[in-house]
Amino acid sequence: MDGQDMKTYGLHQYPGKLFVVEGVDGSGKSTQIALLRQWLISEGYTVFFSEWNSSPLVKKTTSRGKKKQLLTPTTFSLIHATDFADRTEHDIIPPLKAGAIVLADRYVYTAFARDVARNVDSHWVRELYQFAVQPTRAFYFRVPLDVSLSRILTGRTELKYYEAGMDLGLSNDPHESFKMFQQRIVNEYEAMINEYNLTVMDATLPIPEQQRIMRQLVRPHLEGVRRFRPPVREKELLNLVRALQPTERYSDQSI
Amino acid sequence: MTELEFYGIDAIGLQNREDVLPGRLIVIEGPDGIGRTSQLLLLRPWLESSGYAVADSEMTHSDLAGAGLKQAKEGNTLGPITLNLFYATDFVDRFESQILPALRAGFIVLTDRYIYSLMARALVRGADPHWIRSIYGLALKPDAIFYLKGSLEDLIPRVLQGGGFSYWESGMDMHLGSDLFESFVRYQTLMLAEYDKMIAEYNFHVIDAKLPVELIAEQLKHHILPLLPAG
Repeated sequence: MDGQDMKTYGLHQYPGKLFVVEGVDGSGKSTQIALLRQWLISEGYTVFFSEWNSSPLVKKTTSRGKKKQLLTPTTFSLIHATDFADRTEHDIIPPLKAGAIVLADRYVYTAFARDVARNVDSHWVRELYQFAVQPTRAFYFRVPLDVSLSRILTGRTELKYYEAGMDLGLSNDPHESFKMFQQRIVNEYEAMINEYNLTVMDATLPIPEQQRIMRQLVRPHLEGVRRFRPPVREKELLNLVRALQPTERYSDQSI
Repeated sequence: MTELEFYGIDAIGLQNREDVLPGRLIVIEGPDGIGRTSQLLLLRPWLESSGYAVADSEMTHSDLAGAGLKQAKEGNTLGPITLNLFYATDFVDRFESQILPALRAGFIVLTDRYIYSLMARALVRGADPHWIRSIYGLALKPDAIFYLKGSLEDLIPRVLQGGGFSYWESGMDMHLGSDLFESFVRYQTLMLAEYDKMIAEYNFHVIDAKLPVELIAEQLKHHILPLLPAG
């Protein structure tokens, strides 16, 4: 064909950079990637952010499948791969070609962990995602299961059917099922650390400390990446924030 | 009995479950407009009048993904990898929720196309051959695959009679030609070449689509008869 041929994992070459955060729900990865994003923007880079399960094209099918409980482990895996393909074709490859920094909250490793926890064949699901771009660096936020569970389950009365892994028939109690399912997912993540050279982050450290480490690890990869505007100085940034937030609004907030 | 044999990894895990499939899986393949549907319409009553329960399954009609796929194809943002995986989702949903239960219940399953057309579509759109084969490797090997083989010249009048050239059947997403006809010619030529490559690999039973409809039906029945369960 005409140069439109699909590229497979590890064979994409783009001027942009791709950073990924992974980990179970409640590991704090979304907080960290949000902070990283703010920092990169303030440094003058163009940042494109992409979230798991966010394709507008696939959304209806996924929610239909979940609502009517039509999904088997295999079709659950396929519909998420379809969603991820749409993100790859729209949110990941074009910005990387344009030299941007792409940040992804969850990536293929989420699928490998969840789908294999659902007993989908691990080779098959890895083949399924062959079209994915290999990240510049992938951070895995490691957290003891009781910590992530208490973060997630505090204040939650209801767990969704697939979220709790109820389709696996591990337990009739959604909370119990969720815990067992999360344990399986953690096991899969741990096994992937070497396989995919994931950067392990200690997610029990204070938030600013985790962020400091992340920035330190990201910085060397930014050499040569084009800045679209000069970095904003810390002081100017504070002034900017003040200018954007009229003081009256703050004093009136109690009303 | 349809054997538990696969082209690749048994990702659904049928072998672990020691699934038993007393039915038969019969596939009719061929390009758009070659006359597959007419043959299926003749085969079904023939099988039923001989006492067999018949189930059919049609591409892009899954409960899960049929509507979403249709909608995605009507828009203008669908990329080739996403399209391939949407088709795969549709196929696997039909495979697990229509084809497998029917085979377990001893039905003769007639499918209007199977993984081969889906793979051909993907391959002409630049998909990595190893990738697409791995995905569809979870499909059962059918008891028989009949390929209605025709040339481009055979397709054109049939397509025109059937309502004209359509966007997707002409591969317009691939920007191969300046109008529907030019694109159709190039796209279907690529598709026919992919089918030809599959004949030996997947053991297609080739049937000349130029023959009269009744003669094709006779040939199909002749080959299907020995595959049917006794009684």
